[in-house]
Amino acid sequence: MISIDLIQHTAEILMDKAAIEIPEDYLDGLKAAAEVEDGDLSSFVLQAMLENYEVAKEDRRAMCGDTGTPRWYVKMGNDTKIEGGPIALEAALRRATANATNGVPLRPNRVHPLWRTDHDNNVGIGAPEIEYGYEPGGEWIDLITVHKGGLFGTDYRMLFPSDGIQGIKRFYLDSLVAFGKRGLACQPAIIGIGLGGCKDTCMVLGKRAACLRTVGDRNTDPKIAELELELKELGNSIGMGAMGFVGKSMVIDTHIEVGYCHTGGMQMSVHAFCLSSRRAVARVHADGRVEYRTDPNWFTDYQRRETVEWKVPTDHERSA
Amino acid sequence: MESTNRPREVRLSTTPSKDDLSNLKLGDIVYLDGLMYTAREGVYIRALEEKANIPMNLPSQSATNFHCSPAARINPDGTFEMGAVTATASFRFAKWLPEWLEKSGAKLVIGKGGMRSKDYKEYFVPNGAIYLSTVGYGTGALLGRGIESVDAVHWNEELGLAQAMWVIKCNKMGPFIVASDSEGNCLFERENKRISANLEKVYEGTVPATLKRFGETDDKSDELIG
Repeated sequence: MISIDLIQHTAEILMDKAAIEIPEDYLDGLKAAAEVEDGDLSSFVLQAMLENYEVAKEDRRAMCGDTGTPRWYVKMGNDTKIEGGPIALEAALRRATANATNGVPLRPNRVHPLWRTDHDNNVGIGAPEIEYGYEPGGEWIDLITVHKGGLFGTDYRMLFPSDGIQGIKRFYLDSLVAFGKRGLACQPAIIGIGLGGCKDTCMVLGKRAACLRTVGDRNTDPKIAELELELKELGNSIGMGAMGFVGKSMVIDTHIEVGYCHTGGMQMSVHAFCLSSRRAVARVHADGRVEYRTDPNWFTDYQRRETVEWKVPTDHERSA
Repeated sequence: MESTNRPREVRLSTTPSKDDLSNLKLGDIVYLDGLMYTAREGVYIRALEEKANIPMNLPSQSATNFHCSPAARINPDGTFEMGAVTATASFRFAKWLPEWLEKSGAKLVIGKGGMRSKDYKEYFVPNGAIYLSTVGYGTGALLGRGIESVDAVHWNEELGLAQAMWVIKCNKMGPFIVASDSEGNCLFERENKRISANLEKVYEGTVPATLKRFGETDDKSDELIG
């Protein structure tokens, strides 16, 4: 049984970490981009960003004034039991979101879409989103918070098999160029692409590809991995850099996630996880241990499974 | 590609003189001293459409309008805690800005992404105003360090913390980039023009989607914001 108080306490720490500490993988990626950037304005911007991350950590202030829309990805081992059950878990995550909004402080971004009502705590109808995943073994819970920013950089389009890879490239470039102008996408970003699924799952896959995979991580399908690298390079060949200034750093990495789709279609979504790629992760164990990390490690073989049944490779099976 | 010279740095008052502003060049880096206020759609609607009295003396107290919602809170004792501040995209406020510049006397508008040169020429230049862009985006923590104090927050009950009018005392707050000049030239359009020249080559071999959409442009040099 996992303590609900420990879950809430851990979640509050994660909210703080996500807002303030740039994940190491993204920081390394940006440093590499800054080294090759030769546009004078773009270079200035990247140096200012690197300085900004340091200041955020030193002062313990949010790295960006727009602290995004906090959400939760929760993953559990198959044997996990939570004190108070799933209702208590959701209440704890909503409390942690509200408390941290006031505590860090974060910007209270969440408002009613029509009445613009603001509870000043980032909690409301459907907010924060809480999404779930499960893994075959163990008694633990992974709390992953992502505070994805921005109104720009995300798009969806129904493509068809006849559009092919060149159609994928076209929509990818269209999204990067359109949202990259004037730096609206807050690039250089981690670009997530969803391919297939249905419209909603396509969006979910692309968002998760952007937010739940680290810089340098490659899809386990070697051909998709190759396409990821090709698209990363294509994005950086546009001639556009930070803030839409002349430059060569548009993309820190490109991740693709796929889902089986309707036989006639090839849905595609594009998502940009901005210069403040806020994510923080902790695994809480039943014995009270808490391990903090920045890699969500969401896309396991189990999450990408293709077959009807999933067999856990046990010792018993191996010996059989 | 241009030389990798570090851009020129300028220190400026939030109630700048005409001369201060006419010396600014596209791409200059600016640091600000003095009072600035945040105002975006909430404030514009309340002040211009609902005709509420603006709770500050403008522009004598401040001639700098920041398109910003801060990450901030009001403490139970009435004091303020402001962490990071970053701009929000300005092009969405174009419908209110002509009237706002005239009414508020703002000389510096700070935001994200700038406006069109058409906007600068039509109502920035006649009002003697310049557009500054934040850097990044966003250097929220760096800008946060430039806040000496929060003087007041107005209309927070009516508009919520994010849309309220925050009055901020700045001490070498920056960096900001000069994105329009006294002739109404636009930094982002200059850059877009240079980038567009390369786009045909980048797009080579790609194919437009089989199923078209209404209302789209396929002109890659289009500024897309107006």
